[in-house]
Amino acid sequence: MSITLAANSIAEALDGFTVPIVGWEIPTGIALSIAAIIHAVLLFHVFAVCPAAFIWLERKGSARIQDRLGPTRVGGRFGWLQSLADGIKLIQKEDLCPPVADAFLFKTAPYVVCLSSFAAFTFLPFSHGWVAVSADCGLFVMLAVLSLEVFGIIMAGYSSGSKWSLFGGMREAAQMVSYEIPLAICALIPVVAAGSLNLGEIGDMQGGHFGNWFMFHDPFTFVAFFVFFIVATASCKRAPFDLAEAESELVGGFHTEYSGMRWSYFFMGEYASMFAVCGVASILFLGGWHTGILGLDGALEGLRAEGAASAGFSIYGYLANVIGAVVFASKASALVFVQIWVRWTLPRLRIDQVMITCLKYLVPISCFLFLGAVVWPLVLVLTTDESTLWPEPLGARVAVGMASETEVKSAPVPVELPDWSIHEPAAEVSAPDVERESLTVGLNNVEVRQ
Amino acid sequence: MNSMFTIFALAACLGAVAVVVSQSIARMAFWLIVSLGSVAGLFFLADADFVGATQLLIYVGGTLVLLVFGIMLTASGPYMKIETSPAETMVAGLIGLLFLFMVFSTISGVDWEVSKQQILAATGRPDPDQVVGFNDNSEGNTLRPLGFAVLGLRPDRDLASGQNTSPGYLLPFEIASVHLLVVLIGAAYLARAKRRRDVA
Repeated sequence: MSITLAANSIAEALDGFTVPIVGWEIPTGIALSIAAIIHAVLLFHVFAVCPAAFIWLERKGSARIQDRLGPTRVGGRFGWLQSLADGIKLIQKEDLCPPVADAFLFKTAPYVVCLSSFAAFTFLPFSHGWVAVSADCGLFVMLAVLSLEVFGIIMAGYSSGSKWSLFGGMREAAQMVSYEIPLAICALIPVVAAGSLNLGEIGDMQGGHFGNWFMFHDPFTFVAFFVFFIVATASCKRAPFDLAEAESELVGGFHTEYSGMRWSYFFMGEYASMFAVCGVASILFLGGWHTGILGLDGALEGLRAEGAASAGFSIYGYLANVIGAVVFASKASALVFVQIWVRWTLPRLRIDQVMITCLKYLVPISCFLFLGAVVWPLVLVLTTDESTLWPEPLGARVAVGMASETEVKSAPVPVELPDWSIHEPAAEVSAPDVERESLTVGLNNVEVRQ
Repeated sequence: MNSMFTIFALAACLGAVAVVVSQSIARMAFWLIVSLGSVAGLFFLADADFVGATQLLIYVGGTLVLLVFGIMLTASGPYMKIETSPAETMVAGLIGLLFLFMVFSTISGVDWEVSKQQILAATGRPDPDQVVGFNDNSEGNTLRPLGFAVLGLRPDRDLASGQNTSPGYLLPFEIASVHLLVVLIGAAYLARAKRRRDVA
């Protein structure tokens, strides 16, 4: 079975399947399209449910934090009807376009925002193997796709024909261009520790004890998590970095002229990308879909291995993945809650302070952390002869399901410096042996490829 | 796969035509996104994830944002327009057609089947059973070979045969990074506030 639950397995199941009554046989192309549509629809539900849930959470959180009375009283039990009522209200509203606006750009801008944050979900794994596209450079693609969101906002700001919107768009552009640098560098730090850009692989490596989470891998990754989280908050233009829509100065910033559904698309995009970015943070630093409790994780890994061993669909593997997805979603949602909490607690920065925070503090800090994270494993091995701070056996580098079949070939990347920083599943092999072994494996790999 | 290729290729071409036809710079930037984004889509279809993502990150996310940022900072009126005179259109169209003719004649002059066989003979047919990374080979494993090549290792080439002893992309990569550093320092030098020096 393919490591991705993805289109492949659904397409394989559908390929050549005969439709019962009509008697058509499904060709490969159509099977692939159906599989892709199934994935897109599933992900679209995540994309649509996230904003609803988080807007509810935002209302409740703001009400509790700032003593706002409304949201604690209205909207059915626990206020769950409020988001629904909002949705109905927004759909009913007239779709306005100011006469001075560049109508075409004005109308397409919300879709650009929405589409880019939706597309990012394609690369986000929700559990072991639960990812629509398991790209080898998934993290890179995801950050690239998320960075397109800015363009929609700049377009909205420019094409509205309003000075408030223009200012909002300009601030957004300046903020994004500078915050993308520390975001990428901080995302690289766990990548260096993992030796992979594949989000699924990075998540799988952090199983077992919570010391295996990359956040606790070394002091640099620990600090990097907080820097990453701050930068991610800024890149979702959340308060205290929401200068693009600062209502005290700019009316509504880039969305001043928008109304109805087009206005709400911006916010769907914003909340969805909050979840996406927090999901990336929890995969990179917080162990993804692993609980962090040794016994529980071991049991889940066992279930997964059982699922991988059986040829067909296995209820155990599926169950373990469902639990993993729940764990992942709760970690990401907890991070989103922190963003909400911060928004209603801290005052907004000025635009020059936002830029200074990024360029004078966050960029140097993240460069230093990156350097430290690169040097750390070398120093640790040279001084203590240990590859990790933690005595517990670390998570397997390669997913359980894969390790049994392709033990030799899927071993660590050959050229990467000997596996000091990387979790070694084999506890009885001493460090120099491991080193030699991984190097020879590397040579084998090269020969095989020729 | 073929239908997706058609869709992306059409979007790339139509976006490019729209860039030329439209007069407002902001709209041009939008159509450029469509065009470049579809090219990235073509890269993804060809299993070159890394190149596709780089295309998105650098051209769409970086260059175009800077372009629009530049328009917003420098435009004097509400919407900046570029008006082309008929003579310019004529000259540009002529050059474009000549270029199209050149490209077309070059492409149609190549025997693709032979060169495909040559490439396969030189690099070896990819082995579907072989698992190098976390993914199947079917899902675009271009990242690891690229990483090797940047480090100076070319596992896809037979170095022993002495045909092609290219050391990979290490040197060009380093040259590019040094070049960028020089540009960066130069820009910072040009942009810094001039300090008045008192001549005693």
